[in-house]
Amino acid sequence: MTEPRNPGTDTRDIDHIESEKHGEPQAEILDATGELGEVKGRSLWADARMRFFRNKAAVFSLGVLGLVMLFAFFGGFLAQYDPAQVDFSLMGANAYRGVPSIETGHYFGTDVDGRDLYARTVIGTRISLLVGIVGALVAVIVGTLYGATAGYVGGRTDQIMMRIVDVLMSIPFMFVLILMLVIFGRSILMLFIGIGLISWLDMARIARGQTLSIKNKEFVEAAVATGVSSWRIILRHVVPNLLGIVIVYATLLVPGMIIFESFISYLGLGIQEPMTSLGALINLGTAQMNNGTLWMLLFPLAFFLVLLFALFFVGDGLRDALDPKDR
Amino acid sequence: MAMTDTQTAPARPQADGAPVLTVRDLAVTFETPDGAVEAVRGVDFELRPGECLGIVGESGSGKSQSALAAMGLLARNGTATGRIDFLGNDMLAASDRELLKIRGNDMSMIFQDPLTSLTPQLRIGQQMREVLEIHRKLPRKEADRICIEWLEKVRIPEAERRLRQYPHELSGGMRQRVMIAMAMLCGPRLLFADEPTTALDVTVQAQVLDLMDDLKRDTGTAIALITHDMGVVARMCDRIIVMRHGRVVEAGTAEEIFGNPQHDYTKILLDAVPRIDKVKRSGKGEIDIDAGRGEEPLLKVRDLNVHFDVRMRGGLFGTTRKLRAVDGVSFDLRRGETLGVVGESGCGKSTLARGVLNLIPPTGGTVAWLGRNIAGSDRQQMKALRKDLQIVFQDPLASLDPRMTIGASIAEPLQVHTPEMRGAERAAKVREMLNRVGLDPAMINRYPHELSGGQNQRVGIARAVITRPKLVICDEAVSALDVSVQAQVVDLLIELQKTMGLTMMFISHDLSVVREVSHRVMVLYLGRVVELAGRDAIYTDARHPYTKALIAAVPVPDPERERARERVRLSGDLPSPLDTRAPLRFLKSVVKDDPVAEQYRPKLVEVAPEHFVAEHDPGLGSEGLRA
Repeated sequence: MTEPRNPGTDTRDIDHIESEKHGEPQAEILDATGELGEVKGRSLWADARMRFFRNKAAVFSLGVLGLVMLFAFFGGFLAQYDPAQVDFSLMGANAYRGVPSIETGHYFGTDVDGRDLYARTVIGTRISLLVGIVGALVAVIVGTLYGATAGYVGGRTDQIMMRIVDVLMSIPFMFVLILMLVIFGRSILMLFIGIGLISWLDMARIARGQTLSIKNKEFVEAAVATGVSSWRIILRHVVPNLLGIVIVYATLLVPGMIIFESFISYLGLGIQEPMTSLGALINLGTAQMNNGTLWMLLFPLAFFLVLLFALFFVGDGLRDALDPKDR
Repeated sequence: MAMTDTQTAPARPQADGAPVLTVRDLAVTFETPDGAVEAVRGVDFELRPGECLGIVGESGSGKSQSALAAMGLLARNGTATGRIDFLGNDMLAASDRELLKIRGNDMSMIFQDPLTSLTPQLRIGQQMREVLEIHRKLPRKEADRICIEWLEKVRIPEAERRLRQYPHELSGGMRQRVMIAMAMLCGPRLLFADEPTTALDVTVQAQVLDLMDDLKRDTGTAIALITHDMGVVARMCDRIIVMRHGRVVEAGTAEEIFGNPQHDYTKILLDAVPRIDKVKRSGKGEIDIDAGRGEEPLLKVRDLNVHFDVRMRGGLFGTTRKLRAVDGVSFDLRRGETLGVVGESGCGKSTLARGVLNLIPPTGGTVAWLGRNIAGSDRQQMKALRKDLQIVFQDPLASLDPRMTIGASIAEPLQVHTPEMRGAERAAKVREMLNRVGLDPAMINRYPHELSGGQNQRVGIARAVITRPKLVICDEAVSALDVSVQAQVVDLLIELQKTMGLTMMFISHDLSVVREVSHRVMVLYLGRVVELAGRDAIYTDARHPYTKALIAAVPVPDPERERARERVRLSGDLPSPLDTRAPLRFLKSVVKDDPVAEQYRPKLVEVAPEHFVAEHDPGLGSEGLRA
């Protein structure tokens, strides 16, 4: 209650009473109040942004993340070779002719099939990012709405909805996904569907938990007392107040998804040639580790690690910035 | 009990000893992202043994920060300058180790919220022993003995058993007494009490205040009482300093401050305090006492019940017991009238409000709105009615969506009830409403956390009245506000009632405020009406012992009157509402001694026109009444 707060807003009420009770304001005992012009309010989002930008590691990581994204989406223009083009002249001579060099145009060297590793890393990074972002997006949209609805409606609906989540969660998804990829064939679409199917489950639980506490806040009761419909309360009052935690979780989910996809690809499932992902590239790289072509492993691995670190730090920064306890 | 001492002994023992604590030119500054905030700017005061110093001020006046600085407990981003001398120790220069030795030993503190200042995972005994183990290095047995001794001194029954209980097993008043016992364990020379009774009910507050007064007298401990409640100050304090914006605006003895305040701010503060012993609102702030007289009631509530099933342990699947939160409440409301509803926490007043509005569906009885029963209506039917039935909540900040601008919050009822209205038209209405509740229309884009409590409550009121409702229920609408702000919000409510012809139910635990705004007052005890009367009758001619005790427990901001008042005391806390014997506390002669039995229901007797009193046994300064 006696936390430091803006002294300007505080005194206003008293000034008000003065002018009413004593006819004219007794300016000498009243401190000047804060300026109250037509102000664009500083929302909680603005506050959070400010806190985020004070976190050096997070801002730096955001920059790195931006660079990686630029690389993934526009790096292809700098490539001298098509990612699918196999240079047969390099076959078997990779260790000394496919070495990374600016001169040959193979900036990152070539892979075991003589394809340009730079172009392939660009594509791999792009696919990995897409998988992560799509997974997180599905999680955010489906999971949040599902969880918020279950939590807000409560009762039997909640029980049924959450038991469905429990059942889905108890299925070993890695196994199901591998089966799906085997049965329906390996395609990016299948991978997206598979990842989309699991990613929202945790989010739904988190959103529901948060909704349960938001639901009992007075402002929700105020909305009910006003006659606002349930669906509107969920969309207007519950979901915006969930977003803080949802965003944090989503940013931490992206790297999780990337790792998941990499694992699938590393197993040899997942992305179909000639497309590739960081996981698949790392897989190929490890296979050639003993042949003196270490760059095949190191370049994709470096991008993988940098990407994950950047995402984790950004997620961390967001969590600190949006944590309501800090307010 | 304690009252007789107070009357005979003038409240100024050894006030001339050497000061325990001397504070000189204390300043506290907080570094925040928005720049430095000067919470305290040059404060001087001193405390002598056996003295109670009242530090009075509204939120943000720096009163708590001064105390925290004196204890070396400032938040990390705060720095204190000046000099604080405690028994020869310079508290600002002392190292953390020295502070640890002093804190809890020679100097201790009681915090406002007894619910959060005890660690929930530790038993009472463990927490209390910890203090003695650290400061006295006492063996466990010895420590236990002292703990029990102190718990008994703060009048906690069955002290030994309490040591093995967890904090949540005790009531709020009980916990605050444990806090006091803990603070007193090492026999401190100085006790800081930061709003020690603000979170407690009036009857419990009276008990805790008596206790602190006794302790001060018996042990010679100096008490610094930090509070915004002028009534509490009048009861407890020998000397008072009034703080505002981090400065002391006035200092003096209690008699000087209350009898002859010098500074304008002190006058405003005293002026704003509602008094239970008289209604002193002058001119425009007065309610229209004749509103709605003789008209057909707008709202007729008959035998309203709200029961909850509570799961209890026992049996294979547990058993359920009925919690009768509201149990057979009947009343009428006429147009333009305000019905005050008072009672202590847990008496069902908020549940009553929600039952009337159908926010919690009543389990029985009727709520007739304009002659039509709305109890049990479904959501669709209620939606149309919500335009006329509105509610203002207790916590101004919590009742506004933190992610919405106040303009959007106020506009929401319009969006729901007049969806055909255009955006610009709506914005214009919101601006007009802001103006009407005394806020700058330029604040339309502000967010709730940027406004003060009083401003937020104005927003809450604006939202409630923007659809021009007929009935507004104020659920503790001014309880969380500072006194001066409270006075303005009450003014606003009365003015809106007069201009818009609002009918109100004003729910509060603060009997003084209720007296100012209400035409009639209804006193609830554990879900039942014990007395219902006109606003003056209930204060001057209270018949029911519970009403008497409630009124007597409210401190009056006038030291002389306060010390001379006779008291009707309730001892102990509210009993469990699950026990069906509990509501018959004042009619013990018919009680069946079985906690689950169906009990006799006391009838309301009309003792004078419009003055209803529940049946009760003689006692507590009241003669009995039977139908």
